[in-house]
Amino acid sequence: MRPARSYPDRRDDVRLLVIDPAAPAGAGLRETRTPALPGLLAPGDLLVVNDAATLPASLRGTDEAGRPLEARLIAARGGWCAEADSPSPLRSPLRPSVRSPSHFAAVLFGAGDWHIRTEDRPPPPELAEGARLRFGALGATVGRHATLSPRLVELRFDGDGDALWAALYKEGRPVQYAHLAHDLPLWAVQTVYATRPWAFEMPSAGRPLSWEILLALRRRGVRWASLTHAAGLSATGDPAIDAALPLPEAYEIPAATARAVTETRARNGRVVAVGTTVVRALEGAAQQHHGIVLAGRGETALRITPAFRPRVVDSILSGAHAAHESHFQLLAAFAGEDLLAAAAALAERAGFLTHELGDAMLVLPGALGVRLRTPIAGAAAGE
Amino acid sequence: MGHNNGRVLQGQSALVTGGSQGLGRALGGALAAEGARVVLVARHEGPLAAAVAEIRAAGGEAHAVVADVADKDATAVVAGQAAALVGPIDLLINNASTLGPVPLRLLLDTDCEDLERVLAVNLVGAFRLTKAIAGTMVLRGAGTIINVTSDAATEAYERWGAYGASKAALEQLGRVWAAELSGTGVRFFNVDPGEMDTKMHADAIPDANRAELSDPARVAARIVTLLAGSDTASGARVAIRVGPAHASAAEAATR
Repeated sequence: MRPARSYPDRRDDVRLLVIDPAAPAGAGLRETRTPALPGLLAPGDLLVVNDAATLPASLRGTDEAGRPLEARLIAARGGWCAEADSPSPLRSPLRPSVRSPSHFAAVLFGAGDWHIRTEDRPPPPELAEGARLRFGALGATVGRHATLSPRLVELRFDGDGDALWAALYKEGRPVQYAHLAHDLPLWAVQTVYATRPWAFEMPSAGRPLSWEILLALRRRGVRWASLTHAAGLSATGDPAIDAALPLPEAYEIPAATARAVTETRARNGRVVAVGTTVVRALEGAAQQHHGIVLAGRGETALRITPAFRPRVVDSILSGAHAAHESHFQLLAAFAGEDLLAAAAALAERAGFLTHELGDAMLVLPGALGVRLRTPIAGAAAGE
Repeated sequence: MGHNNGRVLQGQSALVTGGSQGLGRALGGALAAEGARVVLVARHEGPLAAAVAEIRAAGGEAHAVVADVADKDATAVVAGQAAALVGPIDLLINNASTLGPVPLRLLLDTDCEDLERVLAVNLVGAFRLTKAIAGTMVLRGAGTIINVTSDAATEAYERWGAYGASKAALEQLGRVWAAELSGTGVRFFNVDPGEMDTKMHADAIPDANRAELSDPARVAARIVTLLAGSDTASGARVAIRVGPAHASAAEAATR
């Protein structure tokens, strides 16, 4: 499969591969387009989105010797993070966290820019703890290196509050991709409901959602809810770091969302996650409280593997991915291997486009979940 | 100021464009005094910093974002910085406006580029920022967006053609948004503040009698009342006529 190289003409009109584990053998796959989404869900279902806006997380600069480097922020520390913010995610009433991070975790790259694949980028200069970096007008101090890789470091920027955010937005660019034909501006990596800038790369499963689609879902009786999940980098080109991705990520689940999840489950509706970040947040939260999603802030190190059995999420809308990608493999938590292999083959054959600006896949609720599900008449039959 | 109750916008987040002077500056103060966490947007850092400092000195929360709302690339920057600083925006005030070159000119003498600049700030700037921020309000099921308009949007005043056209179009955006998002919990108001004693008014009509112009602080207080209330229908045009700072009780608000 090829990656999409540019933005689709309409964000909400891309190909959609529907994977239906509950369908009879041989009927579990069909292709449609994203405007058909409302007809694929049923009244009483709950669509949960990640409302994190995408930060300009890529900063180009130099060290004190003038050697060029790029820092890609991958996690915020000391502000949004649960362990520093509140020891327990059981805080109520919950006010959205706006405490600015005191520092960030960042992955460093050497010379060159996004036209070069990350795997092929030269390594960054060796930087001791305390080294000073300059990204345009924004200064930073290198903190500890991670044991995982010397390229994964703490960065402490000069300034805070208004000045820090202004400098980050002035000097930063969104993380770019070598497979794209063009530089992505900041507005192009936002979902239509982007809110607080917690994401270091776009939570791209939600990219095809427009208000046309969201309002149509609502008219159909599908509810929405949001959470905020600090999506980190999808790949760094450093094998040690990539093997450990995703790193632990911060999330915040509003009380209204926790309530909506509970109500949906009680009424036998299905919880549809838009993207893996939503799966990680909801399942990570559920893991801490015996399968119940409570409102609050937390951090999850949960990794969704094919062996993982979701307790809260029934269905996932995702970008299209090729069979060898980790994102595709985690779909196996929602559908059987045979069906997924057939889905990958179909997507390949049909020329689905992958990655951030590509086509989409929807895994409908199936038989793999812990909960026993009564199929909802018509839900899988489409429009 | 502390966390006393009874402040009608306690805990809400507000974004005000054109926040360094005139009505925007007065609104920033009024919103913060009612407990809102305020982000002011303006092009020039000096006056903006002064407006923020004034609010903070009074015990309110305010932040500065330097940007030109007519700059397409600034839209996601403003929305991102604002949400980083105060959280999801509950109140968006599209207040930034330009008259274009003054003295104002007849439409037939107005340069196309000047009309385009007026539309870029007053109409397209407000459109983009609303696009960037209304979505999160719809998702959360609550929020209010105010487009600051003018009676030049509805009356055919000579020499106010470019400005009036931009405001008429802005009002129509507000009405259509209100229709499209009916039932979502997000409200749109077109607020006509009347003739105020501001720099903009002095630029447009230098020889106006200032004693007859409305005090922006009193207009701002009315807008706070509108925001805090729930009795005005979304999509409504709200004309505020309050008179000067020292005016007697002779004030009237019409809808």
